[in-house]
Amino acid sequence: MEAVTEKRGREILLQGNEAVAEGALAAGCRFFAGYPITPATEISEVLSVKLPELDGTFIQMEDEIASMGAIIGASLAGVKSMTATSGPGFSLMQENIGFACMAEVPCVVVNVMRGGPSTGLPTFPSQGDVMQARWGTHGDHPIVVLTPATVRGCFDITVMAFNFSEKYRTPVIVLIDEVVGHMREKILLPPTEEVRVFDRIQPTVPPEWYIPYEDNATGVPPMGIFGSGYRYHVTGLTHDVRGFPTQRPDEIDPFMRRLFRKIVQHFGDLQVGEAFLIEDAQIAVIAYGAVARSAKRAVKEARARGIRAGLFQLVTLWPFMRKAVEGIASQARVLIVPEMNLGQISREVKRVNEGKASVVTLNRVDGDLITPDEILEKIMEASR
Amino acid sequence: MKESGRLIYKYLRHDKKFPHVWCPGCGIGILLGGLIRAIDRLGYEKDEVVLVSGIGCTGRLPVYVDFNTLHTTHGRAVTFATGVKLANPNLKVIVVMGDGDAVAIGGNHFIHAARRNIDLTAIIMNNAVYGMTGGQTSPTTPYGMKTTTAVYRNVEHAFRISELAVTAGAVFVGRGTVYHARLLDQLIEKALVKPGFGVVEVVGHCHTQYGKLNRLGSAVDMMRMQKGDAVTVEKASKLAPEALEGKVIIGVLMDKELPVYQEQYEKVRARAKGTVLVEDQ
Repeated sequence: MEAVTEKRGREILLQGNEAVAEGALAAGCRFFAGYPITPATEISEVLSVKLPELDGTFIQMEDEIASMGAIIGASLAGVKSMTATSGPGFSLMQENIGFACMAEVPCVVVNVMRGGPSTGLPTFPSQGDVMQARWGTHGDHPIVVLTPATVRGCFDITVMAFNFSEKYRTPVIVLIDEVVGHMREKILLPPTEEVRVFDRIQPTVPPEWYIPYEDNATGVPPMGIFGSGYRYHVTGLTHDVRGFPTQRPDEIDPFMRRLFRKIVQHFGDLQVGEAFLIEDAQIAVIAYGAVARSAKRAVKEARARGIRAGLFQLVTLWPFMRKAVEGIASQARVLIVPEMNLGQISREVKRVNEGKASVVTLNRVDGDLITPDEILEKIMEASR
Repeated sequence: MKESGRLIYKYLRHDKKFPHVWCPGCGIGILLGGLIRAIDRLGYEKDEVVLVSGIGCTGRLPVYVDFNTLHTTHGRAVTFATGVKLANPNLKVIVVMGDGDAVAIGGNHFIHAARRNIDLTAIIMNNAVYGMTGGQTSPTTPYGMKTTTAVYRNVEHAFRISELAVTAGAVFVGRGTVYHARLLDQLIEKALVKPGFGVVEVVGHCHTQYGKLNRLGSAVDMMRMQKGDAVTVEKASKLAPEALEGKVIIGVLMDKELPVYQEQYEKVRARAKGTVLVEDQ
């Protein structure tokens, strides 16, 4: 299957889940803890083979709660870490995702989405976990959520997820539709040296000067690694700049605000999307994941019929791409938001749209994909 | 006194504002003292020690000591510790938990860490009650006793933590009490040097909640009970089971040799790289 071509890199037939594993390795992930679950299991299987080859560690834990705990522990000891799961396991991980937000521990959580609620439809695609990825763990918190639409995207976005998590000391969630996770495509994997990898900033001051949660211009304090000489306290309790639990309003408030600010002030860096024929679009489709591919086809066909349609594919789901969508809403007459749920991102689009364009939703929750024809039909309706 | 002064200066955090959260008379301080004495005797560097805890009164222990300290979520301390240890096997990873932490909400993690034989030391303060939340029933609350959620007396039977650890495969299991402080020091030291998953169950008391509800007297009275109830492993082996009813067996309950997980995982790495191990031939 593998061939060396004149193009630099490896041309290879890969499944989305396998590309996630490749992306993780390329980003420097050397620790994976997980628990088997359809439709995400292939990620564990591939990493159980490849991590030990690279002196990394794969461990199958007793459940998803433990998996999430283990990757936070490994990250604190200085190793880039990931876990992968689907809906039911993602629910179990929520408490410790909150811990990673609170203690600012970089890690990546992949959720290959299946139909829900509960056990739902283990082998069918869905986009039902968009809001859970945003608000699943309790308490006010910022989070970064990315979603790919292609197999190559699975690779790139997993690398990106690691980079964001390291740069901003935050858990990053990768949401993949089951169909993207299980789809096979021939892709070109870039050579390792061409993959841009970001490693967390570590303290350089003498250990006795180190203040682990002290604010700075970026809002992201350098991260001491267990065993490196920077001894400090890590806790899920609200803490002061030294990491010690606090109940003082004048310490709680700046901490909470920094936690948000470190994401908010880097919106520009975190907002990733792809525009297709959007410049002059009167009818704009806003889509993500597998649905964005159906939408692309629909837009092409609409253009062939002389309709000024365009697509904006959201790669970053959270923080929501307010600026980009605002721009499109000011210019287009109609925004069509197709998604495999009964309306999660469409609410965000409506919020940002503020009544400028008319927002049309297109929803499927029957376990089947939204087809190009269905989207085309909506475009045609809107054009009349 | 001079010695304890040295240990306090060396190991307690100067920049952490005391007093601590524990009630006067609590046994967790004795556990902390035992842990510090054992670490000092073994000569571990402060940089190489990672002290991990969960939630509850015992969960607050790491914040006071000058190691790499990690205060995790309720019941999950062992999972975080597993990640730390596997990511950097040179670190000495110690987990302190309460009875609710270790065998209620975290029971599954506890038995699986024992089964895997991850090289961790788990120290469990067993005071038979949820103290921090105000005295509710725990999985080690004895049958027939009162708690704030068992006002009409507890009708469930208690877990025996050490016996559970032995059955789950822990290579070292010791049980002590906060009354028998010297034995406790020795048990903690033995568990620390033991490669693999070592468990020390520390029978303690919560006079503020459990003691008050059950009219067991002061902290001193409850420690006297620990003295009265304790039977050494050696003595217990000569007694009939009926004579051991209501007694607490203290000492080393299990000490066996098994390869630790990290050693086993080196085999996985070798095979992944194409090495044919002797045992595979």
